[in-house]
Amino acid sequence: MSDASIAHRPPVRSHDWGSDTARARVKRRYMYDRILQGLGLGSIGIAVVLLGILLSSLISTGYPAFMTTKVTLEVFVDPKSVKPENPGKGRYRKITHDAFYKLFPDAKRSDRRHLKKIISAGAPFNVRRHVLANPEVIGKTIKLTVPLSDPYDQLYKGVIPREIEALSPGQKELGAVLKERGLLSVKNGQTLLTLPVLVDDNNVDADEPEDGEYGPVLLAAMRKLFPRASPTILREVFASPSFKKIKAEVVADPSLVGRTTEFTLPVSTPFDSLHRTGEAKVLNPRFGTAKVFTWFDSLKERELISSHFSFELFTNADSRFPEQAGLLGAIAGSFFSLLVCFFLSFVAGIAAAIYLEEFAPKNKLTDLIEVNINNLAAVPSVVFGLLGLAVFLGLFGLPRSSPLVGGMVLSLMTLPTIIIATRAALKAVPPSIREAALGVGASKHQVITHHVLPLAMPGILTGTIIGLAQALGETAPLLLIGMNAFIPSIDNIGLLEAATALPTQIFSWADSPERGFVSRTSAAILILLGFLFIMNATAIYLRQKFERRW
Amino acid sequence: MVGYLFIAVIAIALAGFFVGSAKAGRASGGRLADLHSLPGFHGGFIAAWVGIPSLIIILAWLLFQGTFIDALLMNSLPEEKVSGLKKAELDLLISQIKSAAGGTVFGEPEPFVLAAAEQYNTWYAISRWAMVAVVLAISIAALLYTRSKISRRFRARHRVERVLDGVMIFCSIAAILTTFGIVMSLFVEAMRFFDRVSPLEFFFGLNWEPQIPIRDGQVTAGGAFGAIPVFVGTLQIAFLAMLVATPLGLFSAIYLTEYASNGFRKVIKPVLEVLAGIPTVVYGFFAVLVVAPAMREFGANIGIEIAPNSAIAAGAVMGIMLIPFVSSLSDDAITAVPDAMRDGSYGLGATKGETIVRVLLPAALPGIMGGILLATSRAIGETMIVVMAAGIIATLTLNPLEPVTTVTVQIVTLLIGDSEFDNPKTLAAFALGLVLFVVTLCLNVIAQRIVQKYREAYE
Repeated sequence: MSDASIAHRPPVRSHDWGSDTARARVKRRYMYDRILQGLGLGSIGIAVVLLGILLSSLISTGYPAFMTTKVTLEVFVDPKSVKPENPGKGRYRKITHDAFYKLFPDAKRSDRRHLKKIISAGAPFNVRRHVLANPEVIGKTIKLTVPLSDPYDQLYKGVIPREIEALSPGQKELGAVLKERGLLSVKNGQTLLTLPVLVDDNNVDADEPEDGEYGPVLLAAMRKLFPRASPTILREVFASPSFKKIKAEVVADPSLVGRTTEFTLPVSTPFDSLHRTGEAKVLNPRFGTAKVFTWFDSLKERELISSHFSFELFTNADSRFPEQAGLLGAIAGSFFSLLVCFFLSFVAGIAAAIYLEEFAPKNKLTDLIEVNINNLAAVPSVVFGLLGLAVFLGLFGLPRSSPLVGGMVLSLMTLPTIIIATRAALKAVPPSIREAALGVGASKHQVITHHVLPLAMPGILTGTIIGLAQALGETAPLLLIGMNAFIPSIDNIGLLEAATALPTQIFSWADSPERGFVSRTSAAILILLGFLFIMNATAIYLRQKFERRW
Repeated sequence: MVGYLFIAVIAIALAGFFVGSAKAGRASGGRLADLHSLPGFHGGFIAAWVGIPSLIIILAWLLFQGTFIDALLMNSLPEEKVSGLKKAELDLLISQIKSAAGGTVFGEPEPFVLAAAEQYNTWYAISRWAMVAVVLAISIAALLYTRSKISRRFRARHRVERVLDGVMIFCSIAAILTTFGIVMSLFVEAMRFFDRVSPLEFFFGLNWEPQIPIRDGQVTAGGAFGAIPVFVGTLQIAFLAMLVATPLGLFSAIYLTEYASNGFRKVIKPVLEVLAGIPTVVYGFFAVLVVAPAMREFGANIGIEIAPNSAIAAGAVMGIMLIPFVSSLSDDAITAVPDAMRDGSYGLGATKGETIVRVLLPAALPGIMGGILLATSRAIGETMIVVMAAGIIATLTLNPLEPVTTVTVQIVTLLIGDSEFDNPKTLAAFALGLVLFVVTLCLNVIAQRIVQKYREAYE
């Protein structure tokens, strides 16, 4: 066939790609493509944003805990209170509080109850420690900075306000609606609410109106006006003056019982202030009385309050008082556990991996071991805790809460990770190296210890560090073996002493109700994440620096 | 004491090493080539025989001396004081003696308690010194004996290598021992539980109230161990978690494998890995601090009441934790689909989206399913998030806005601060642990089977 005949043949048009329907179809098909792409990008975006929220919420709540607020006291170490021959048993609480009261000559004796709450309840211990370290100060006046107690620390940092909203948003809305409907009026500086009330004879007996239950009566009246609002919102509108007033009116005229009448009653203080001033605030209940703010401000004016970097966070043991609580005990506990875990799982992991990779014959037993290791890696961590509890504590009788047991349990969990990583690293060493070494007369063991193992070491170390990083963050098994002990002193640190670890400390702090522990918890998490970051960065560095491609 | 003994044994082993290599060096008469094994192997031979048996003896001694001395103590107590005591009272007496032995005396103990305490301390001292004597004797004897065996033709390398083999095999078997230990400890304690509570009640009962009074005679008064509400709660939270994690993880994986540029992938993959590396206790705190209050407020705004420890908050946070898990496993599955299938689809004129939905996903489905199953097993076994963010009281409900409890929460709350395994309350934790272990194991095995089969299909 000649070229000319092809050129003259009419084109076969089975389908019109240029038609509108075809174009629309192509467009639609590409739209689906873009939708899928958008979903993917959206999912990644959501994941990244969530990570961002997680980290930023931790940082924003945690950073105040890295600063501590202190007040400077001039403590007279009275030899009458602290005997020079026995300084350990002195009355440090007294001399500390006296030093603090001295700053407020105007404060009345009865105010001292509130006053002493400004400084940390642990402050006497700080004074005691100082005096014990320097016994020559007995009889002299020393200048010392002691931490403020948690609420004032938080107040100084601006974490908690002096006054809080007395009403919930729903209650504020209720106040606005009452105003709108013209039910509220002001008389003698007191807001009054006018509403029809059915004095139900179930609650109030016409013969004995003094003993009636007026709370339910008023609540029922409110519910009639706002059938959809929750009772908790409605109840707060009235206070005891309201009940007194309606009672007085009903007692004066018992015929009101059983009928619906309009009453004009005073409302509770928050609603009163909401109606008259537009906002309702009350003293933050963390502070006993409003007077404390004058004292606190005067301390600030005299520049006795200062903010320092909180070394205590790293050098103190745990404490019931958030401003005194530190992480040293937890860090030490985690360190010892990881040490035990490292020694056990590194040696055993490498040995097991070498055997399985280099020596093991292919038989049922080695198959079983392999399946086992893969499954162990996926066993829930809390189950390892149960094992530790039943075997290490129950059967062997090892000491509860000790880093030794913690490390042993953690090593059972890191072992599979290390074995799997080591096997991968051993596999990556090319057979030519083994063959060359065998060829010059090395025994199989010598090939491995002299050639294969050194070459695989970076990979093994990387896997080990990653395994240890996982172990550092593990909480549940440590909880079960009791490594969430409250250890308020750092004198007894050791493999067999009761201890706590970083993640379990985070758990205990997260459970504590004081506001200060929220930011301490976040700070502890940031420190834990810092350790994890360092470990993982080391692993990545090792991998990139020493990894060889064959 | 034990620490010094360890150091001593290690020192003797080290000395043995040097003695051995020195003797081998002398035996060679200056010509190392005449030796069967290098001097280092002779040294290693002695060190292994000195160190390993001694260390095993120390460990065994430490493990069993407590039990042994306790038994001795029990037998030595005067008959008239012990007979007729209940187990709890006896335990109290023993711990009183032990604390007296440790130097803490509460109140005015009876004279026989003090005598027993003194006896107890003496036994411990005897045991300690006996251990030191035995271990030192054995290690020195081993040193002398093995040193006498060293000669020019002694095949030290073979001996050392055989010891190494033994150590390696032992370490490999440790993995099996761990599994065996898990199964046995769970099984034994769970059987003790089922002695007291019928399995029928446990697996089919609808009422879970394990906080029974521990005092004698009141055991029957309360305590219900019907675990259905706990199981339902666990599955509910796991389901909610997978509801979050599956779409987010799967779509992320699709985007990362098929659409993303290399640079984008290089940045985003580690970011997702960070999510996987964050400890779960941190997620738990995040749930309590941020997610649960946010959900509550959102619910209040649209007029729904959400409990502060609702299932949905715990499930959602767990879902976030599982995103990278699902994503990386799906990623592996999609990448493993042979390029020929991709190219074939493109060759027929399919768009990228059509190729993914009609070709890659069906081909990768087994792998993805395996990944989802593995993630579900994680969700069921996850502890800290639910301990911190979910409820403790078991209510049988499917409403995700109400608090529910899970198997892991119950295990932790039943066992925290308790180490006595003699009441159904603590034993129940082991029964729950057994169920948890079996369920997650089954899920893992199924998932691994699926993934493996599918991998074989494309190899």
